[in-house]
Amino acid sequence: MNWLKDFVRPKLKELVGGGKDIPENLWRQCPSCQQMIFHRDLDENLNVCQHCGHHMRIGVGQRLGLLFDGGEYKTVQFASKVVDPLKFRDLKKYTERLKEYQSKTAEDDALIVAHGKMGGQNVVIAAFNFAFMGGSMGAAVGEGILTASRLAQVQDASLIVIPASGGARMQEGILSLMQMPRTTIAVEEVKEKGLPYLVLLTDPTTGGVSASFAMLGDVAIAEPGCVIGFAGRRVIEQTIRQELPKDFQSAEYLLDHGMIDMVVERKKLRSTIIRVLSLLRNTGAPADVVELMAEPVPMGDGKKAKGPIIDAPIPHGAGPTKND
Amino acid sequence: MHHYLDFEKSIAELEGKIEELRHLTGDGEVNIADEVSKLQDKLEKQLNQLYAKLSPWQKAQVARHPERPHAVDYIKALIEDFTPLAGDRLFAEDAAVVGGLGRFRGQSVMVLGIEKGKDTETRVKHNFGMAMPEGYRKAQRLMLMADRFRLPVITFVDTSGAYPGADAEERGQAEAIAKAIEVSFKLRVPFISVVIGEGGSGGAIALASANTVLMLEHSIYSVISPEGCASILWRDGSMNKEAAEALRLTAQDLLELKVVDAVVPEPMGGAHRNPRAAMMAVADEISRQLEALKRMDGGQLKTKRREKFLEMGQVGLG
Ligand SMILES: [Zn+2]
Repeated sequence: MNWLKDFVRPKLKELVGGGKDIPENLWRQCPSCQQMIFHRDLDENLNVCQHCGHHMRIGVGQRLGLLFDGGEYKTVQFASKVVDPLKFRDLKKYTERLKEYQSKTAEDDALIVAHGKMGGQNVVIAAFNFAFMGGSMGAAVGEGILTASRLAQVQDASLIVIPASGGARMQEGILSLMQMPRTTIAVEEVKEKGLPYLVLLTDPTTGGVSASFAMLGDVAIAEPGCVIGFAGRRVIEQTIRQELPKDFQSAEYLLDHGMIDMVVERKKLRSTIIRVLSLLRNTGAPADVVELMAEPVPMGDGKKAKGPIIDAPIPHGAGPTKND
Repeated sequence: MHHYLDFEKSIAELEGKIEELRHLTGDGEVNIADEVSKLQDKLEKQLNQLYAKLSPWQKAQVARHPERPHAVDYIKALIEDFTPLAGDRLFAEDAAVVGGLGRFRGQSVMVLGIEKGKDTETRVKHNFGMAMPEGYRKAQRLMLMADRFRLPVITFVDTSGAYPGADAEERGQAEAIAKAIEVSFKLRVPFISVVIGEGGSGGAIALASANTVLMLEHSIYSVISPEGCASILWRDGSMNKEAAEALRLTAQDLLELKVVDAVVPEPMGGAHRNPRAAMMAVADEISRQLEALKRMDGGQLKTKRREKFLEMGQVGLG
């Protein structure tokens, strides 16, 4: 599966200090055009195929590094009160599964909450880690979205959520379903404070995640080609007994059907998000991202961005931060 | 003829015997009336025993029993002057979501229900209780209308889930459900949901983000059907029983998890054996809950509803 390679590689790179070759991974085949891509080219191109533009998944660390100013951010620790509420067991115990993924990803669960600046503005990002049980949403993820929401409110920050999730975490049964209203309330709080809530949809955004906070952004931006939908393709094909077109549930398909605002390629995401946030908050165009813009930005009287905003404290109960 | 579930063989036999005896009136030496009443006692005892300890999978079957009272039955029985309202004002009317104005024990209310249908014709009409985006958008519209006129909202939830079709996706099924949940947390009026049969995942929570969530004794409410869960986690669709156990989808488990606020007892042998009694028990519970909610002002109702759902997942089973 691609997500393993996508995730493990940058992670390994981080561990060994970056730059070191992993011999068996020197070449990757593009799952879309089948061409071979040299790993360094792939790295330079942010995991986007240089031949066909196919966007492969990237790890959360790399994703956050691409978005925040100078690649700098702090993560926030959070934890759910109950880890295995149903004492769930299928072919394996849920607690065992959790441990496996925790050691595989070196993360506690499928969501990372980080805060920092984008274009000089305070931003809180909650990013899903697809490598952790398919980015599935249980109580811990719900807790993380709520933590991110409360942090954004205290810091007067914009909230960005980046789903990469197959949906609810079945092993938490009804309580995973209950994270849909829980996260919906969390993002609603941010909206009611007059703060921007932006969703960056990445591959995949489906099920209970798409049917809650992921579809409620003030602005919805998607990466090219990512899958966004409620029901799974196979389930639908069984229901209607028809094969679906290849682009069904793709970001472009959703754009055509009026469900999202824009499809933006990876290397333009940072500048686009900064532009949207600065427009929503009326802060003027930050100078450092202008050259990355897809289209010329009306500069008006040439006002620069406001000076850096002093970091606000973390809300009570959000826990200590650590440098990532 | 009564529809028997696979674990009701002994019940079917007893009722068959009783039926036979009743047709034999007068031509035997045995006192038929006596024998019938003995068998009746036995039947009652067996039904009580059987239904007192239904397994989660058996409850799933009861929850889907074709003769179980459905949303339209509740509306007919409990709501006076029911005045159906149609359409989402955007695309279409979705008959899977029945809704409208009416009076519940004298109080004007907005009622919504997901209806499965009871025979081929009505099942097709209501799309087997699988709502389309327009159904959830109609629900949003009616909930907001209730808010505007300060009318309590009552929903009857009975669905295997939102419709998984290409057209539903095309018109934004995910967004329609998400928005229905969002709207639910804006309301400043009492909001009561009753899971009367099957509470199927996102399609159910779209209409169940309420101040008070009630469940019938043998109804189920789950993030995924036992069949779906079995085929994904066990990779074997026949592991329904195991999946149903693991999912903890019964009303009793959900009460312990604080996902539901009260469980409404069903008549002996399940709601399908005495729909009238089941529906009246639901009405009494709605009435009790509504009185309590009506003592709160709009702001409190909204805040309490949010606080309740923000706590979801903080309690596990003992
Ligand atoms: Zn390619």
